[in-house]
Amino acid sequence: MRLKMAASQAVEEMRGRVVLGEFGVRNVHTTDFPGNYSGYDDAWDQDRFEKNFRVDVVHMDENSLEFDMVGIDAAIANAFRRILLAEVPTMAVEKVLVYNNTSIVQDEILAHRLGLIPIHADPRLFEYRNQGDEDGTEIDTLRFRLQVRCTRNPHAAKDSSDPNELYVNHKVYTRHMTWIPLGNQADLFPEGTIRPVHDDILIAQLRPGQEIDLLMHCVKGIGKDHAKFSPVATASYRLLPDITLLEPVEGEAAEELSRCFSPGVIEVQEVQGKKVARVANPRLDTFSREIFRHEKLKKVVRLARVRDHYIFSVESTGVLPPDVLVSEAIKVLMGKCRRFLDELDAVQMD
Amino acid sequence: TEEDQELERKISGLKTSMTEGERKTAWKWSRQLEQIDTEYHTLGNSLHYMIMKNPEVEFCGYTMTHPSDSKINLRIQTGGTLPAVEPFQRGLNELMNVCKHVLDRFEASIKDYKDQKASRNESTF
Repeated sequence: MRLKMAASQAVEEMRGRVVLGEFGVRNVHTTDFPGNYSGYDDAWDQDRFEKNFRVDVVHMDENSLEFDMVGIDAAIANAFRRILLAEVPTMAVEKVLVYNNTSIVQDEILAHRLGLIPIHADPRLFEYRNQGDEDGTEIDTLRFRLQVRCTRNPHAAKDSSDPNELYVNHKVYTRHMTWIPLGNQADLFPEGTIRPVHDDILIAQLRPGQEIDLLMHCVKGIGKDHAKFSPVATASYRLLPDITLLEPVEGEAAEELSRCFSPGVIEVQEVQGKKVARVANPRLDTFSREIFRHEKLKKVVRLARVRDHYIFSVESTGVLPPDVLVSEAIKVLMGKCRRFLDELDAVQMD
Repeated sequence: TEEDQELERKISGLKTSMTEGERKTAWKWSRQLEQIDTEYHTLGNSLHYMIMKNPEVEFCGYTMTHPSDSKINLRIQTGGTLPAVEPFQRGLNELMNVCKHVLDRFEASIKDYKDQKASRNESTF
């Protein structure tokens, strides 16, 4: 009976945990496909998936979102992460028409920097520009003007060496970008909604006599084309840590154990006069694997990760709120499936 | 074009296998005609997972033809007389259902979180 229990425990570990050993990681790949384990029905069952699946939002504010997705496989969670990084569209500066640039920043460097500025415009309200269309229409283009000239400040003190006093307009910020509405954009977008996300990004520095005068066209694009179109500062996930103590740990060893992990993971309690270690909050751990450097303690602990519990962390650049970004990413994956299904139907009909 | 002809040949090979019930079906799908190319692992790996979960599929695998091209070679092998198109279509449908469910749950969860925050009188955005 004990052997059977041990065997089933091992199977459960293989199916449900990614184990971090001293010299490597075990059980990395998903193995719960039909036919691999006898006694388990692993065929896809939408009802079973819906019963086990849940999403918990841990923290959300304007620009960042942390949420848990439980009960889903790595392939699909990774697909969402990849789409968040590379296939959710945004608007960014694509074409820069330079009328005058006498600053020391070269035209192309300036254009590159302008492209990376996040533009606060909802990309769902715009279309992709057609290939070969040079000027762009109001439905796919936003225009911005940047015109700054640096002059000497006549009221500055004689012996001052502070550039802020000596020069006027010597730093070009994104707040100097002005939006020029095309067509009916002025009616659709109220004043102040189309702008760079941050108005204190330094674009270039000037000295008296230098001028920057240019016109920018923003188009809709995806991160796969150029990283400037990526809507997230980053989007990542990690698996939920799972720390088990294989034996009770007491006394000095308990203190040592709690120091091996991130603060808050291991709690040392006083039980009947002895200090006993207990796993309090494994979620906080960053798995530095410090425990493996202690000969006596490394046999006592099993470090693992729960295979289907993903802790997502999405940080938006400000274009769209992070929860909208995740929803859009899921819709992009649905759109891809739908496109293939439509093509399949079209092929099968003839 | 040559590519279209190749595609048609493969598809017609597929149709005969559907009527005759051949065992193996190798299917190469060119995505050159699309404007937005498929990212390999994004759709490839998730689709591969859904197809593998189908108990009638004997073999399923995908590779990319070349890292610079956005094309995947997806191969499905079914034991017996089941045409290989069927698990492919079923995998796509199931993946769509998974996404729909994830979207519903996610939006419900976000709404709960926002309501909770509002009820605690903290500022929501």
